[in-house]
Amino acid sequence: MLAYIIRRLIYAVPILIGVNLLTFILFFIVNTPDDMARSQLGEKYVTADAIENWKKENGYDKPLFLNSEQAGLYSVTDTIFFTKSLKLFVFDFGQSESGRDITTDVSRRMWPSLALALPSFVIGIGVNICVALMVVMFRATPLDRAAVVLFVGLMSISYLFYIIGGQYLISKMWRLVPISGFDASSQAWKFLILPITVGVVAGIGAGARWYRTLFLEESGQDYVRTARAKGLGEMTILFRHILPNALIPILTGVVVVIPSLFMGSLLMESFFGIPGLGSYMLDAIRSQDFAIVRSMVFIGSILYIFGLILTDISYTWADPRVRLN
Amino acid sequence: MTTVILWTDILIYALVVAISFFFWNLRKDLITRERWSQVFSSRLGMVSFVVIAFYILVALLDSLHFRDSLESVEGQASDKVYYGNTVRSALDTVLGDMSTVHERTYSAPFALNSFEKVNLRDDQGVSYRDFPALEHAGVHLASPEDKAGDIVIQSLIGLLIGLGFSVLLVGPQWWLTRHSDLPWQSAWITQVVIICIVAWMIRVGNLYHILGTDLAGNDVLYKSIKGVRTGVLLGSLATLIMLPIAVSLGIAAGYFKGWVDDLVQYLYTTLSSIPGVLLIAASVLMFQVYIDLNPDMFEVGLEKADAKFLALCFILGVTSWATLCRLVRAETLKISQLDYVQAAHAFGVSHGRIIRRHILPNITHIILITFVLEFSALVLAEAVLSYIGVGIDPAMASWGNIINSARTELSRDPAVWWTLTGAFCFMFMLVLSANLFSDLVRDAFDPKSTTGDQA
Repeated sequence: MLAYIIRRLIYAVPILIGVNLLTFILFFIVNTPDDMARSQLGEKYVTADAIENWKKENGYDKPLFLNSEQAGLYSVTDTIFFTKSLKLFVFDFGQSESGRDITTDVSRRMWPSLALALPSFVIGIGVNICVALMVVMFRATPLDRAAVVLFVGLMSISYLFYIIGGQYLISKMWRLVPISGFDASSQAWKFLILPITVGVVAGIGAGARWYRTLFLEESGQDYVRTARAKGLGEMTILFRHILPNALIPILTGVVVVIPSLFMGSLLMESFFGIPGLGSYMLDAIRSQDFAIVRSMVFIGSILYIFGLILTDISYTWADPRVRLN
Repeated sequence: MTTVILWTDILIYALVVAISFFFWNLRKDLITRERWSQVFSSRLGMVSFVVIAFYILVALLDSLHFRDSLESVEGQASDKVYYGNTVRSALDTVLGDMSTVHERTYSAPFALNSFEKVNLRDDQGVSYRDFPALEHAGVHLASPEDKAGDIVIQSLIGLLIGLGFSVLLVGPQWWLTRHSDLPWQSAWITQVVIICIVAWMIRVGNLYHILGTDLAGNDVLYKSIKGVRTGVLLGSLATLIMLPIAVSLGIAAGYFKGWVDDLVQYLYTTLSSIPGVLLIAASVLMFQVYIDLNPDMFEVGLEKADAKFLALCFILGVTSWATLCRLVRAETLKISQLDYVQAAHAFGVSHGRIIRRHILPNITHIILITFVLEFSALVLAEAVLSYIGVGIDPAMASWGNIINSARTELSRDPAVWWTLTGAFCFMFMLVLSANLFSDLVRDAFDPKSTTGDQA
């Protein structure tokens, strides 16, 4: 087990290097530091001196890969690739274009993101599985078919409409909770309840439909017929027989996103004014702050790879037949 | 009049020709025919197909661009013709005045007066505040009281015109397909309904603002219709760019195995480990910086927007091939173990021929299902990306841009609900029919599919 995890972690290194190289190409070769300086300083009427100054201040006045002016090891380390890109590996994210320290920002903004993403995720899965099991109970009846059409209909509504509609109905028409904002104290639930509800409702269409397919697949198996022949109740069959057996395909889709919950949701956080990583990224994209985007890409990839490893480990827990080697 | 040919126009027509050619080639293939007739043997399949076809037709009409010639000014020396700066499309011509008239600001659906009060002066020069009359809605009415009656009469006229056209268009189809076993009635009824709605929209929409006007005074219905082209194009072009990458890499990995397989797997794991939105946002930002620093490359504003749009399709395509590639690789691995492929190897058939004759035909169902599934996902993604600010250029009509500019309007008091309604309805219809259709296609083509009613 431990050996397996260590091997997976070693496999992750080339992937992270690939991610690093890709972002480096995107951010420094497609878009040269000169272009960055120009768009940061305002696009027209920028003197060459101003560009040089900006590059010097922000540490972009070095060669990309190889510094021929420096001797020995410094010819590799005193380059943009080393100072800006490779340092991400030791979680040194440096400063954003506006001069703030990214590492502090990220560690502070992570928690509001998690406070929103984790409950949405857990409640969402619970609701989806329950709805799907209920539909499977009525399989091959008009009710089942109507439910599938309803799921497809729910899936076809853009996420934005769920958010806008939820804000309008719950906050404006019924005045139940504040429309947006965040409070770190014990009052936080007031602000979180609406985005969590919206997130859960928006996910029902796709989620419940997917789980229904999984459960249907299982309900055609022999052991389900045996259970019925034994005279077990429908509830027992659904929850004690079908659900545990459908766990493996469920885990594949679910566990991989758990670490990424730290990243938060771009849309939710910006609509509901929650100061998490999602709105941090959105602000960075809108103000073209590439240092932040670069760091977030890297963090996101690490969390994803971590999720993949977690998925494999969770298999052994869900199904004792699975051995990792 | 001079035609303006945008890159996306060429691509969409090329795409339609290519797909028609593809199906023309497959018409003799019995298994494919069987599967398609399974898709179309359900009424739902017929209806959703007709709706999608209608959207594609609108997109095609909206892809014929031209610039009107300006009337020659008196004293103009040469015979040279000058062209206006606005690019119009065949769709604008069909829709009539809806495309050109503007009000001052918001107005409610079917309203005769503006939504906001302004300072007005009466005949004696005394100023007062009131809702000003709209400049282009109900101007043919003798008095505002006639509005309700007039709307009914105009709607009836519109519907009658629609029925007339329906007889012309659906009649021949009925004649051709009356002996078929497939549920053509549903297709005819859907067509009649769509034609009637279109005729009604054109008739009434040119006299009133059916869905009101937005902040800048543009007709909301017109803007929503213009969003159709963007949605359809993005959905199909991005998938089209993704397909060759995913299929060729997937087949190569599954067929040649060894280091090719390792490389391809490494590529798609790397790519899919980057959060999708960030990768797209970063690529789009890079491209936008490039375009903004080189503004001289484009003659009209629309060409610049078009270039950005094409780049977005390209980026979406290049960043989203990982899922399909994984599926194709797995399927190819399985197929290349089968006896007939081994036999072909033993006979000394070349790699290219084996891939073309034995492997490609057996993975077409994966490609087809992905194409239809991706389509609706991309239409939805467009709205989100436009909200983030890395989507469609604001100069180009799109549902995402409408939602983005209208997202705070519900919190006004009284709420401005009609701007979102337009985008919502058009988007929902397209995505819903695409989703329903893709379900049916999957049921028919995927041997493992269990979404159907066989359980």
